[in-house]
Amino acid sequence: MKKQISEILKIIVIFLFGKFKKFTLRFKKSKSMKDIMMVYYSEAKSARLTGKKVAWITSGGPVEPLIAMDVIPIYPENHGAMIGASKMGAGLCETAENMGYSSDLCSYARSDIACATVNGGPIGGLPKPDMLVCCNNICGTVLKWYEIQARYFNVPLFVLDTPFCHTGYSDEVARYVRSQINEYISFIEKACGRKFDYDRVKKVGHLSFQGQQLWQAVLDTAANKPAPMSAFDAFYHLALIVTLRGTPEVIDYYTALLAKMKDRIARGIGAVPNEKYRLLWDNIPIWHRTRWLSDKFASHNACLVADTYTTAWCGSMKYIDESNFINSMAEAYTRIYLNIGVDEMAKMVINMIDKYDVDGFVLHSNRSCKPYSFGQMDIQRIVEKERGIPCLMLEADMVDERTFSESQISTRIDAFMEIIKERKKHSPANETVS
Amino acid sequence: MSTAGIDIGSITAKAAIFDNGKIIATKVIFTGYNAELAGQRVYDEVLSEAGLGKTAIDKIVSTGYGRNSVKFADKSFTEIMAHAAGAHFLNPRIRSIIDIGGQDSKAILLTDKGKVKNFVMNDKCAAGTGRFLEVMARALEVNLDEFGAISQKSKSPSKISSLCTVFAESEVISLIARGEKRQDIIAGIHESIASRVSSMLARIGVLKPAMITGGVALNSGVVRALSKKLGMEIEVSSYAQVNGAIGAAILAASL
Ligand code: SF4
Repeated sequence: MKKQISEILKIIVIFLFGKFKKFTLRFKKSKSMKDIMMVYYSEAKSARLTGKKVAWITSGGPVEPLIAMDVIPIYPENHGAMIGASKMGAGLCETAENMGYSSDLCSYARSDIACATVNGGPIGGLPKPDMLVCCNNICGTVLKWYEIQARYFNVPLFVLDTPFCHTGYSDEVARYVRSQINEYISFIEKACGRKFDYDRVKKVGHLSFQGQQLWQAVLDTAANKPAPMSAFDAFYHLALIVTLRGTPEVIDYYTALLAKMKDRIARGIGAVPNEKYRLLWDNIPIWHRTRWLSDKFASHNACLVADTYTTAWCGSMKYIDESNFINSMAEAYTRIYLNIGVDEMAKMVINMIDKYDVDGFVLHSNRSCKPYSFGQMDIQRIVEKERGIPCLMLEADMVDERTFSESQISTRIDAFMEIIKERKKHSPANETVS
Repeated sequence: MSTAGIDIGSITAKAAIFDNGKIIATKVIFTGYNAELAGQRVYDEVLSEAGLGKTAIDKIVSTGYGRNSVKFADKSFTEIMAHAAGAHFLNPRIRSIIDIGGQDSKAILLTDKGKVKNFVMNDKCAAGTGRFLEVMARALEVNLDEFGAISQKSKSPSKISSLCTVFAESEVISLIARGEKRQDIIAGIHESIASRVSSMLARIGVLKPAMITGGVALNSGVVRALSKKLGMEIEVSSYAQVNGAIGAAILAASL
């Protein structure tokens, strides 16, 4: 009884804090990421008071129908990234291992599963879900992970099964995924106890599309020399397109960010003060080492100008038909970067190499994320053959710090930069200059 | 012009003095727990070996994992660059370097001009490194220096299938218990390193001719197993262990 009262009091405090924060934000010209995320999480944590539902959803899952029904979406993977960035990954992974989970399991899954039982982590655990939505377009791990959580929280789970698209998108696949979207809508109707709002989802879809366009425009600014932002900045600003796409906050935030980047371009300000070398990053960031890595590359006057990870949230925009969002969404969510063949991935990488005019390619072989890391060796070979730029493979893990060896990674980066510098010295472009 | 190269590895610290195109002295000592001190000591010792004073040296370059703890160096390079420079000096025709050190192994491809073209490193795992051999020598109670000669007597090398040093150690212990011949077990250990290293090489594709460097190059058994596995000759320089330090001294000459 006492415990329940203190639990309710805690929620009330969080609720009031969220309301207050939201109120004060109205008067702020530009809202910071921290402010927005704080309001987002406090609204989710006090959802029980406001009668709103909370759904946990995978990062590549179709969130727009949830938003259209006022369900607050929560992303355990974003939470995983926060855990990694606050260097709490090793501890939580260890807890999961003590519970019996294998150390080979994805560290987002491990830390989330552990966090649910101890309410630990940087924000004291995630708000409890009323339902779970799992889309396997990113990997197979999420399926088991969400089944475990569905059992643990005793809530309904919806699985959206998106077949792997080696090359194209067949009619069978289209029909199969589309039919599941109908089931998804019935699932939400049942969970919310009311009819689905088809008008509202159109508006949400529109906002989501616009948000993705803006995010792409922000990322595109890095094609400028010097790049006004680096991939490390993108890792930070990414949180909104992941968690709040389909809401107006995203539009405001990225509009302001885009203006800021354009201003930096106009004034010739680069993310790395003396940008000489431009690099492309592959795979999920090493969240617990972003600062260290950014400093390390900057010390070589190298800027990671782009990455395959943050573009994943706007990479399949070409399949979206704004006038028919619900229908086209099925294809857009199925043909995301992690759900296509290696040749297709390599094509996208090569496009980015050309677009951002990079001198080298850095691949994070991520022990956790098998679908992302599996084809990397082939992609590296294709890139070396097609574009002849140096490639570097770094072995680490996005969250579990125990797999990171600083001096060894440091040597690899130094050696890689030595090769790039040596090449640039002898490249024809430089010879004409000097 | 005289220059010095200092290579601080995980197990040994190496130094070399280069004087007008010639190697005039080299030295190897144990690194111990203090890399900075090891750098100073190996430098002092190589100088006395060369019969030179500190003032005679124009430039110093450091390399290896402890390269940043050599505070008196003018510049530092990674061991990739240093090994490339060293091997190219010892034999300008060399296009691949296989370096097996105490804690990592790496392969470096060179252009025909001796520049680094590509490299690959194994450093997540002790298998395929000098450390692996040390663990096995302890399990077998054999002096590591004798590994090469003993394994030469083997007619049918034992099969060691574990990829992991810890598992391989228990495998070796059970082989001993089963009464397998020591020479066969040691030859099996060498073959297991060779297959580890050659699969790493396959990632970047080996170019001929190849040279092996690093402390493990002194083990003729590993070199034999590796050249059998790769189906090619592998050159072993008498300077194999100090190649990185020599390369560093050469790089110092071009500063
Ligand atoms: S395995 Fe990869 S895609 Fe799947 S949850 Fe983990 S990080 Fe995400």
